Amino acid sequence: MAIRIALAGNPNSGKTTLFNSLTGSNQYVGNWPGVTVEKKGGTLKGNKEVEIQDLPGIYSLSPYTLEEVVSRQYLVTDRPDGILNIVDGTNIERNLYLTTQLAELGIPMVVAVNMMDLVRKKGDRIDIGALGKALGCEAVEIAALKGEGNQEAAAKAVAAAKAGKAAPSAVFEEDVETALQKISEQIKGSVPENLSRWYAVKLFERDEKVVADLKLSADRLGAIEREIEAVEKAQDDDSESIITNQRYQFIAKVLAGAVKKAGGKHGLTVSDKVDRIVTNRILGLPIFAVVMFLVYAIAMGGWAISIGTMGTNFANDVIFGEWVPGLFDTILGALGVAEGSVVYGLIQDGIVAGVGAVLGFVPQMLVLFLLLAILEDIGYMSRVAFVMDRIFRQFGLSGKSFIPCLVATGCGIPGIMASRTIENDRDRKLTVMTTTFMPCGAKLPIIGLVAGAIFGESPWVAVSAYFIGIGSVVLSGIILKKFKAFAGEPSPFVMELPAYHVPSVGNVLRATWERGWSFIKRAGSVIVISSVVIWFLSSFGTVDGNFGLVDDLWENVDDAYIESVAQDMDISADEVVAMDDSLLAGVGNVIAPVFRPLGFGKWRATVATITGLVAKEEVVGTFGVLYNYEGEELSENGDEIWDNVRADFPAAVGGFAFMIFNLLCAPCFAAIGAIKREMNNAKWTWAAIGYMTAWAYVLALITYQVVGLILGQVAFGFGTIIGFLLLAGLIYLLVRKGYVPEEGARNLTSVQAAR
Amino acid sequence: MKTLKDVAVGETCVVSKLHGEGPVKRRIMDMGITKGVEIFVRKVAPLGDPMELNVRGYELSVRKGDAEMIEVI
Repeated sequence: MAIRIALAGNPNSGKTTLFNSLTGSNQYVGNWPGVTVEKKGGTLKGNKEVEIQDLPGIYSLSPYTLEEVVSRQYLVTDRPDGILNIVDGTNIERNLYLTTQLAELGIPMVVAVNMMDLVRKKGDRIDIGALGKALGCEAVEIAALKGEGNQEAAAKAVAAAKAGKAAPSAVFEEDVETALQKISEQIKGSVPENLSRWYAVKLFERDEKVVADLKLSADRLGAIEREIEAVEKAQDDDSESIITNQRYQFIAKVLAGAVKKAGGKHGLTVSDKVDRIVTNRILGLPIFAVVMFLVYAIAMGGWAISIGTMGTNFANDVIFGEWVPGLFDTILGALGVAEGSVVYGLIQDGIVAGVGAVLGFVPQMLVLFLLLAILEDIGYMSRVAFVMDRIFRQFGLSGKSFIPCLVATGCGIPGIMASRTIENDRDRKLTVMTTTFMPCGAKLPIIGLVAGAIFGESPWVAVSAYFIGIGSVVLSGIILKKFKAFAGEPSPFVMELPAYHVPSVGNVLRATWERGWSFIKRAGSVIVISSVVIWFLSSFGTVDGNFGLVDDLWENVDDAYIESVAQDMDISADEVVAMDDSLLAGVGNVIAPVFRPLGFGKWRATVATITGLVAKEEVVGTFGVLYNYEGEELSENGDEIWDNVRADFPAAVGGFAFMIFNLLCAPCFAAIGAIKREMNNAKWTWAAIGYMTAWAYVLALITYQVVGLILGQVAFGFGTIIGFLLLAGLIYLLVRKGYVPEEGARNLTSVQAAR
Repeated sequence: MKTLKDVAVGETCVVSKLHGEGPVKRRIMDMGITKGVEIFVRKVAPLGDPMELNVRGYELSVRKGDAEMIEVI
């Protein structure tokens, strides 16, 4: 039978490094049931019989964060055969705090003291034998990054698991231990024998989750409560604090006998010296700005150092522009599929073009993920949160929300994925919901089209687009925070600032690849389906009473029919194209009235908006097709069709409203897929998309009706009243007091919010 | 009552009592800020908040609003 070992430890303790070193490539990644916390497992290198389950990095087994609850649940209900607890030797005091809690679970455990190379370098000494003895389990020295002792630690954990012996040591003072004894007697029979101590401690702490799970009788609960109160009275403190204090006192005793520190208490290490400059009061912000600019420039920009952009241009123009279509041409030709047939169109125009449009972004994204992984591994990311927290807290987000917004100016998908570093579930959801408001690279052509066609190429249109994006993130943060689902403190910002260290090449590359691959997989599924649907809708339709491929049927139509279509569509006869008879045009015609209050209720703008769901740059291309543009190829900002576009937007402000709507509404399918993956919940995904679309609609309507009226471009009417009403509603949502959880907002935990 | 918020950068203090309740308090205690522990205030973020502390041999950052819950001497 397979032996299951759980790998547990604090964040930044080198747990990932150890896990990678133990499992190599035998890993599988999933999600813990019901939550968005990543679940990683693998088999031990050289011994397929041993399964290693990587638990999330946690500081404690409290019932308050998702990661802790998930780990607890696994340890208590799934009962692994052994625990390998990794402990950072350079920060041993706090790391052992989790160890004292893990020891109570009655599972055989081995403590691996990591970073021993750094400990020795500092001149500190850890007596590993004495440490193990005091903790009541075996302890081993390792240096995970250098690969020293990793396999031995795993072997010891397997041996301990086989032996099956677990002997938790008495950690607390006498009166607490006595109370725990009495509580154990009360719950005898209700809990498994070997978990008795863990449950007793949790009941003593009045852990809500355990109290709810055990469903003890009122009598027993009363007896337990009396025990707790007696100790609380004697110690003049609450039970949770007593337990925590005594754990740390126990650790101090253990360390007194096992650790000898060399240097002075607050001596500056290299890491401290680096940090003094990086988060300096004056230099901190400029350094931060430079780092972020470099990340953006290398991954997304258009300069000589922009490796990411070069890769993406190559992928778009050569790989998915020539090679892949060429390859499919050859394959289809060999299979006897003629150009112009339905199958050919489906594969080349539908799937290849659609998937290619998304996969083209992969090089850019890999470069971006690589840079972010390096910054994370160095330890700079937590400093970013430290520096930016003050600003982002003002509108209900935490310092960590900055990174997703920055990344989203390149592409929304990695932006959404970057939100994963935010621990608090509410803040993460809020960030996922608002990140794609930022104008991503694919939205730039839309801005270019509107600026060029309607506003005489004014640069202010682009500038305003960025302000609208940032403003939408900020205002949405303020508004949504007032709703019950998001209310509460912006998550306790009690964050470790890990020591800087040189990034490990292996860890960085692995993290980059994992994120990149999950993007590719998602693009593969969501994009294929949506591309096929849009291709079908735009290629098929009813021409002169016959249903089929509109391009084929169109070859047989006469002038009289074209005239009738022109009349139906309210356009001149020479503008009529085959696509006007497609199902998509039909859909556009039906939906168009919805957009009339926004000033672009013509079906062409509607159809362009729909195709924008496949990829935002499609909006301009669709206009090109619909205006029957016959030139070689439309330029990126579509300057060849500016005259036609201008004619479609009699009021300039309507064009601006069109831009606003397309920038802010539901993002492309690939980004929707990313949102779904991060939310891991259909209801939240739809809520996010619905909110974005509603926000875009309201803002565009206010712009067209209210701003249009002020500028004298739109006449006063029913729409104006709606516009003013919406504006008033928006202001109300911004300034209202909002939902305040009763009895201390601080009690709302992320676990409850996730329900 | 003197709280951690009032401690100047570069000074050391000792925790005498923790106020408040619920997740934030538990989190603060879990991170090693318990009665009797020594805290060294290393610095304050460029925008004045949060602050960086050295406690039990590692660096921890807390918001000033939360530091107010920590009574020190």
